[in-house]
Amino acid sequence: MTEQTLTPTLNLEERFGDWVTPDTRKGYEGYLVAPEHLIDCAAALRDEFGYDYLASLTAVDYLPDGKMEVVYHVSQSTGGAPLVFKVQVPREDPVTVPSLVSVYPGAEFQEREAWDLMGIRFEGHPDLRRILMWEGFEGHPLRKDWKEAYYEEDTKPFKSRWPAGQVHRVEDTLPFGKNVKYPQGFDPEKWTPVEEEALYASLKRVPADEDLPTEQLIVNLGPQHPSTHGVFRMAVTLDGETIVDLKPVMGYLHRNHEKIGERNTYLMNIPFTDRLDYLSSLSNNFGYVLAVEKLMGIKPPERAEYIRVIMAELTRIQNHLFAIGMFLNDLGAFFTPSLYAIEERELILDTFEAVTGSRMMCNYMRFGGVARDFPPGQLERVRDLAFNRLPAIVDEFDAYLTNNEIVRARCEGVGVLTPEQAIAYSTCGPVLRASGVPYDLRRADPYSIYDRFDFDVAVRYHGDVYDRYLVRMDEIRQSIRILQQAVEQIPEGPVIEGKQQYQVRVPAGEAYGRVEGPKGELGFYVVSNGKPNPWRYHVRAPSFINLTALAEMCKGNKIADAVIILGSIDIVLGETDR
Amino acid sequence: MYGKGIVKGLLVTLKRFFETYTDDIKHGKARYYTEEGVAYRSSPETRGLFTVQYPEEKLITPEEFRFIPFLVYDEKDDGEQAIRCTSCGICAKVCPPQCIWIERTSDPKTKRPVPEPKNFYIDVDICMNCGLCAEYCPFDAIKMDHDYELAVYDRHVNNIYDKEKLLKPASYYADIRPLNYTQEEKARAEAAAAKAAKAAARAARQKKQ
Ligand code: SF4
Ligand code: SF4
Repeated sequence: MTEQTLTPTLNLEERFGDWVTPDTRKGYEGYLVAPEHLIDCAAALRDEFGYDYLASLTAVDYLPDGKMEVVYHVSQSTGGAPLVFKVQVPREDPVTVPSLVSVYPGAEFQEREAWDLMGIRFEGHPDLRRILMWEGFEGHPLRKDWKEAYYEEDTKPFKSRWPAGQVHRVEDTLPFGKNVKYPQGFDPEKWTPVEEEALYASLKRVPADEDLPTEQLIVNLGPQHPSTHGVFRMAVTLDGETIVDLKPVMGYLHRNHEKIGERNTYLMNIPFTDRLDYLSSLSNNFGYVLAVEKLMGIKPPERAEYIRVIMAELTRIQNHLFAIGMFLNDLGAFFTPSLYAIEERELILDTFEAVTGSRMMCNYMRFGGVARDFPPGQLERVRDLAFNRLPAIVDEFDAYLTNNEIVRARCEGVGVLTPEQAIAYSTCGPVLRASGVPYDLRRADPYSIYDRFDFDVAVRYHGDVYDRYLVRMDEIRQSIRILQQAVEQIPEGPVIEGKQQYQVRVPAGEAYGRVEGPKGELGFYVVSNGKPNPWRYHVRAPSFINLTALAEMCKGNKIADAVIILGSIDIVLGETDR
Repeated sequence: MYGKGIVKGLLVTLKRFFETYTDDIKHGKARYYTEEGVAYRSSPETRGLFTVQYPEEKLITPEEFRFIPFLVYDEKDDGEQAIRCTSCGICAKVCPPQCIWIERTSDPKTKRPVPEPKNFYIDVDICMNCGLCAEYCPFDAIKMDHDYELAVYDRHVNNIYDKEKLLKPASYYADIRPLNYTQEEKARAEAAAAKAAKAAARAARQKKQ
């Protein structure tokens, strides 16, 4: 009921005339916008209709039609279903589309990603460089005619596995290099990364000072640096100790999750989503199955809905505990707080293991339900955690950290993001809500059965690092509230309908499923052409998009604070780099 | 007062520190190196440190825990192995990283496929332990194992498991997954009974005619 009632009934044709046409393809929604009017149209949507938040931007390669399409999902930061509009351009290089960075600054990284992986040139983009692939990479891997190293077939299941499966190692049959393309005239020995120069050139310079000539100082934090939570790099220009400009550099852990997803069948993608944000695999499962369920037009039974909510909220609690613990590590409180947090997280992971079979790679949700019911005793364990252990632990953490003078001195007023900036940069999750924007999809665009629970959207107003910490603490409390209600209300019944098929039938069309993951809006954009494998599978990764605002948060702060500002965003590189 | 927050925080640390000892005294020797001790330390009641001293102690693996599939065979009365797998290929088709390889053979005389697979390989370097093969096998022939200590010195020669290495008896399966096993046996018995009843009815019908 929720989705339908909230869909805005606005008539864009009336306002925009022939700039827009409704997308009439079967199973598709939204509007097609003429490329030359894209910027005006987006600006009007933002200013006149209140669609001030760019949720997701991605591209689809419609190879058989000879078209490339850029898909935009925009939302109102006050809530409601997203509005989708698209731009189609002929699939002939150079594929160009106007850049929307001037309207939605949050498009910056997403457009760079679309350029990198799809080869769409965004005209007017301030800094259009590759973002996930390395600088010397040839081609755009998400294009349908691009083939990866060790390529075997377009889609799984591969025919060589059965009935005449003669095992071989893929490395043996196809030595590395045979299927790898280099740019023309490429010689690895002589190659120097030109884009590295472009990166440094794109950084803002220290303004010249007549009286005190300062030398330009560019520092690289990372990629191998304990504060970056993995392999991640920040290129920074410094004026003394003050950050003048910063550019995140990522992709070190890139494995083209989306390409793998398009080779996979629908079902196969579920365990792969575990590997995105590996701290909260159940939320990833949730978002993906919602998107595919939307396409299939099915709904899980009641008990499964409750189990999903319980698992998603447990995931949020353990993710935030981990985030807070690691954040304290970044602050220099070496490992005591984080181990306290990890201890509690361990108790939740025990439940995950007993229910799903794995502590982190849960692979638990299925289209139309969940894989299996709680084994005996686990629901009682969750109840015990929700009513006894976890509330006491949050109070203890509160006493332990919240009013610690050192924590406050380091965090308050650092890395400030105003509400306007937070929305403009498409930040989401605790980062957005710490800036005073009460935007939580569980309330803003309720999915599953979240409309049944009594809980508050955690929001704080200073937009600094300290408030991001506080929002996470608040959210743990709210999640505990939801858990308490859910374990009380959960009905008996099946957790999935009927016999499960290993090959699901997904009607042609598109769907954007999104959940409020622990890190923010986690969206899955899936396009089906009726075949067993998705035609397009895109992940709107909150860790990735939140980084768009990193430079803004860091500017003017001291270099030592860059570490805690990054820590306060809570990124997981499995998701950032995909 | 400035510094109050720090002192309060330190008190929490102190409390945690003492809890380790009070809990040790309360539970005595049984807290360590016993199964109940490990179980207690993984329960929501636990206090103090709950590190598990691997490998002397091991976490108790819950029934659903999954790690690398194995093939189930039933032991016949004469000691022969009856492999449950029928080479239907569903597990190979559902496997996300495509690490299952099955060779099916045909009877040279009848040209019909032989149910038992000639070869069955799993490349455990690639297996992502997702458990989909076990979930979708219609014959309960492939199940997820509990054994996670698989380190080897040379992965290139050791980590493609063949049929011999994958086969484990149904009694082992019953041992690690008692609940699932009983449930499945019940369902199988019911299905067999239903089939027998149907056959009997058909026989009776034929007799009448
Ligand atoms: S293990 Fe099961 S699914 Fe796989 S081929 Fe054998 S019978 Fe079929
Ligand atoms: S557990 Fe998953 S990855 Fe491993 S063999 Fe089975 S289906 Fe394949």
